[in-house]
Amino acid sequence: MELLLLTFLPLVGAFLILLTPRAAAGVQRGLALVTTLAVAALGIKLFWGYEAGGDPNQYLFEVPWFSLPSAYAAPTLVYFRIGLDGLSLLMVTLTAVLMPVVILSTWGHVEKRVKEFMVWMLVMQTGMLGTFLALDLVLFYFFWEISLIPLYFLVGIWGGERRLYATVKFFLYTLAGSLVMMVAIIAILYQHGTSNVYDLINLLCRLPVEQQLWYFGAFALAFGIKVPLLPFHTWLPDAHTEAPTSGSVVLAGVLLKMGTYGLLRFCIHMLPGAAVAASPWMMALGAIGILYGALLAWAQTDLKRLIACSSVSHLGYVVLGLFALTPAGISGGMLQMVNHGISTGLLFLLVGMIYERRHSRALDAFGGVATVMPVFAVFWVFTVLSSVGLPGLNGFVGEYLVLLGAFQASPLWSVVGLSGVIFGAVYMLMATRKMLFGACTNPENKKLTDLGGREMALMVPLVVLAVWLGLRPGDFTSKVEPSLAQVQQRILEARQRNATASLGLETPGTAAATAPATNSGAEGVAAR
Amino acid sequence: MQSHESHAWLWWIPLLPLIGSAIAGALHLATLRARKNDPSAAAPGTLAPWIACAAMAAAFGLSVKGFFTLQELAPSARQLASTVHHWISVNYPARGEFAVDLSLLLDPLSSTMTLVVTGVGFLIHVYAAGYMKGDPGYGKFFAYLNLFVFAMLMLVLSSSLLGVFIGWEGVGLCSFLLIGFWYEKGWPAEAAQKAFVMNRVGDACFLIGSFLLVRLFGTLDMATIAGAIGRGPVELEPDVQLQVSLAALFLFGGACGKSAQFPLFTWLPDAMAGPTPVSALIHAATMVTSGIYLIVRLNPLFASSGWVLPVIGVVGALTALIGGSTALVQRDIKKVLAYSTVSQLGYMFLALGTGAWAAAVFHLVTHAFFKALLFLGAGSVIHGMHEEQDMHKMGGLRKYMPQTFVTFLAGSAALSGLPLMSGFFSKDEILAHAFAGGGLYWGLWIVGVLTAALTAYYTWRMVALTFFGEERFDRHHVHPHESPAVMTVPLMVLAVLSVVGGVLGLPPVLHAPHLLAEWLEPVTRDGSRILAERAGEHELSHTLEWILLGLGAAIALAFAHTGFHAHKRGTAQDETLTARRPALAAWLADAWTIDTTYKRVILLPLRLVSFVVAVVVDQFAIDGTVNGIGASARDVAQWTRRSATGSLAGYAMWMGAGAVVISLVWMWS
Repeated sequence: MELLLLTFLPLVGAFLILLTPRAAAGVQRGLALVTTLAVAALGIKLFWGYEAGGDPNQYLFEVPWFSLPSAYAAPTLVYFRIGLDGLSLLMVTLTAVLMPVVILSTWGHVEKRVKEFMVWMLVMQTGMLGTFLALDLVLFYFFWEISLIPLYFLVGIWGGERRLYATVKFFLYTLAGSLVMMVAIIAILYQHGTSNVYDLINLLCRLPVEQQLWYFGAFALAFGIKVPLLPFHTWLPDAHTEAPTSGSVVLAGVLLKMGTYGLLRFCIHMLPGAAVAASPWMMALGAIGILYGALLAWAQTDLKRLIACSSVSHLGYVVLGLFALTPAGISGGMLQMVNHGISTGLLFLLVGMIYERRHSRALDAFGGVATVMPVFAVFWVFTVLSSVGLPGLNGFVGEYLVLLGAFQASPLWSVVGLSGVIFGAVYMLMATRKMLFGACTNPENKKLTDLGGREMALMVPLVVLAVWLGLRPGDFTSKVEPSLAQVQQRILEARQRNATASLGLETPGTAAATAPATNSGAEGVAAR
Repeated sequence: MQSHESHAWLWWIPLLPLIGSAIAGALHLATLRARKNDPSAAAPGTLAPWIACAAMAAAFGLSVKGFFTLQELAPSARQLASTVHHWISVNYPARGEFAVDLSLLLDPLSSTMTLVVTGVGFLIHVYAAGYMKGDPGYGKFFAYLNLFVFAMLMLVLSSSLLGVFIGWEGVGLCSFLLIGFWYEKGWPAEAAQKAFVMNRVGDACFLIGSFLLVRLFGTLDMATIAGAIGRGPVELEPDVQLQVSLAALFLFGGACGKSAQFPLFTWLPDAMAGPTPVSALIHAATMVTSGIYLIVRLNPLFASSGWVLPVIGVVGALTALIGGSTALVQRDIKKVLAYSTVSQLGYMFLALGTGAWAAAVFHLVTHAFFKALLFLGAGSVIHGMHEEQDMHKMGGLRKYMPQTFVTFLAGSAALSGLPLMSGFFSKDEILAHAFAGGGLYWGLWIVGVLTAALTAYYTWRMVALTFFGEERFDRHHVHPHESPAVMTVPLMVLAVLSVVGGVLGLPPVLHAPHLLAEWLEPVTRDGSRILAERAGEHELSHTLEWILLGLGAAIALAFAHTGFHAHKRGTAQDETLTARRPALAAWLADAWTIDTTYKRVILLPLRLVSFVVAVVVDQFAIDGTVNGIGASARDVAQWTRRSATGSLAGYAMWMGAGAVVISLVWMWS
């Protein structure tokens, strides 16, 4: 029940805001903040309550929803099934904690149509939480698509000059990927007679690798576009540049993680055989993405676009780590998902704050900002350090584990990824130097005022998290460790199975693999 | 780990400067706030140096305590450890847990480093209290400086390689902040960025080295790694040998970044953009010696690394030569000292390349004394000359700043290796080891001797141009003056240390104990043993040692004499060189044009690649394809839309055509 409350509390808040009169912007803001704070409190409570050693799938809630036809006599029963496990725990907590920060940041830049803005924000939170919590394939797809719509409006209405181009591009691109995934989901439902994610995890791993690869390809395409993985990334800089600050923070902080989360949950955990087979390719994409994104970021002259490109680079680390399929790699990839949410979230917040003052994001427009905005400079430098992976802050542990894990799987791609350690410093420090340092000659910049109390306060939670994750990552990884061990177990089995299969030996499980686990139609395949 | 007892107090050594840094930073912010309302308000930032110096003094006190605690123990038991917690841990199903602890280890090596860092650091803090007085960023400066000391102490005290890396990157960060301290000027910010990025290149190598160590040993605890190699067979399996060599090579690459060795040294001269106390503390005495520390710490690994040791020796000798020759022609007094530092660090790596671990540490310690002294002395000169750094605009300063002059002489004597000075003994020991190595090392010995000659020459050229000859500054506007006592007293302490520091490591011919080598013996034992078993012992006869000592003394005296007398009268000698050999002078002044070459061969092409990636590949090719697909979908839609004309006749025609096609297909099949 806690999870049901967590998922739909934002929706309740959205409903309440709809009831308020249009002009009462203060009430709408207050309601949104209170709602997200309540969700954050609940999220933190669930995080603390989550027992690392206990049942991996906790707070489970399920009710039958509807049924779909299947290849067997019995139809496929679709459940409304949500639960928290080690794969979703950190993402759910991040989503819950980040939203009040985002809502608080809108005070500065959302003035028109506050009511709709807050409603869409809260709907989006429900969509994101649902995506991470869903343990039914159909429900997952439902929430996945739900979370797409609010961002369409957030960018399309409150965005910058080219907002329509950006939002249509983002929407169509993601949708195209989603549709391919939907075909795969329908195929899985029809052939295996269940949509329960955990049942499917037990079933699909026994399929022959060739068949797994078809599903894998469909899922990986949808997730790869969302991540975004090279070469499907070009919607991201446009969307980020045009999105309002708060939209960028949510996009970078959470929405992109839906892609990497999906890769881990479905492409790796559910289809381990295909993951093992595709691992070198995915690692290559991740590693090249790191380098490519960094080079891209280096060439940017727009501050926000630069950070968007750096996201491509940072998410390359996540993919590289996850598909190294080693414990260090997956653990690091998981941490890096959280880290990127914190660091890049902070970066977008800071860019938003300076944009609100200066109405420019061109790097050349700045210079010497540190002289007039010393507090801003402190926050900025801190965030840059967290982003480039300074040991002691959050970025380092994830980055190190990713590269170590990748090295154990493939030294080549690890070394390619390591270039990101160097180029990351290059472009971030270049941006820092151009913006903060040098003489403050431009009269526009001399007028800038330093950060206010609200702006500092809203960043403090993320700063605390950055230090905490940097010094005591174990507080977070120990909770997810048992679930990751299960994933690791699947990968080991898949490696053995792939090795036997390549020797031409039939594994005992293969014949029974297509039969559903829960349905009565065990003879289904034979009968056809 | 011999000692199971936990010594939690060790944590106070790095933590005290960290706390000092936090307080100084808070004071600085308070100052900013106070100034905003009233620019003339009494700034709380003036308290910052007191806090920072107190933190340093306390940390030094604890380091001394640690030293005496260690001394009471039996040599093989000289280890104090304290572990706080598992920092990183990952479970491997087959191999068990990969864990990294946050833990400190005080042993003879880290104790030596801690004493240098806190001791010399304390003196430089005191000096900076005078030097930075009146700077708007007074409080910030001490916050950064204390933060640096924290990171440096983490570097030398951590027992895990990843703990070292915390300090390793931390000192890089503080170096970045302090080089760019006067960021309003622009170029210091660029120098800071360059330093950080070049350090990062080294750090990436460091990380690869650490991955290889995890692969080999399954841990990053340096004591465990050193112990495993020490206990293992001397001859390794070929593939293990290759991995050990690669691990050592990559860690050395990391050391090259931090310790400014060829090919990564070019950031250090630019780092002189920072305030002079920073140059003394970070870019001479402590941070740049991290690479040497790392290699000595892992000496069994490097002793087993085969061909990597000669590589280290060659790189060290080459760097020594590049630095020494470049220092000959610099006009900026800080640049002379910067290239001299590069050169002296090269000597230390040359020592490591011969397996002379203790000699490297010995030179590290004496260099920390005399180079910190010289930088601070140069700072005192710059301070007294109203921020003038060009030696061609100085001259005759000895009568204006006598205390600075005398202490500077002591530092110069030590740097140039005049007999019985600290630098004489430490440099001689390195050269003796190189000579004893034979083969390739003879070549390195020759380079070392040549560099010693260059060193003596440029050091005394610097002394002559600065303190002797005619006064070449504008006497109406510049009034040279001696610095206050808060600056000159640290100079005097360092001057005494530079003169007598040699007693730490007297050569065997004098029949005196080599105190430092004996002290470090528990740490360097395994590495020396492995080397001896692999390559055989090299002992020099006493006669040969006397000859080498005499040769070293003669060369130092001769070239110091020449350098001094050639420049005593003014800048004529420099101008002759520039006039007669302009190409050579320019080539030397630009440090063999290595940095210029980097810009042309590496930086510009990379910048070009990044623009090509951004414009051609990303916007044109990839995004063009994406938008192209979108556009073609729209075009197809446009085209099909045109068929919906609304005319019944048109629809009837299409219907008829469709019926014909279908019946044809049906009949065909």
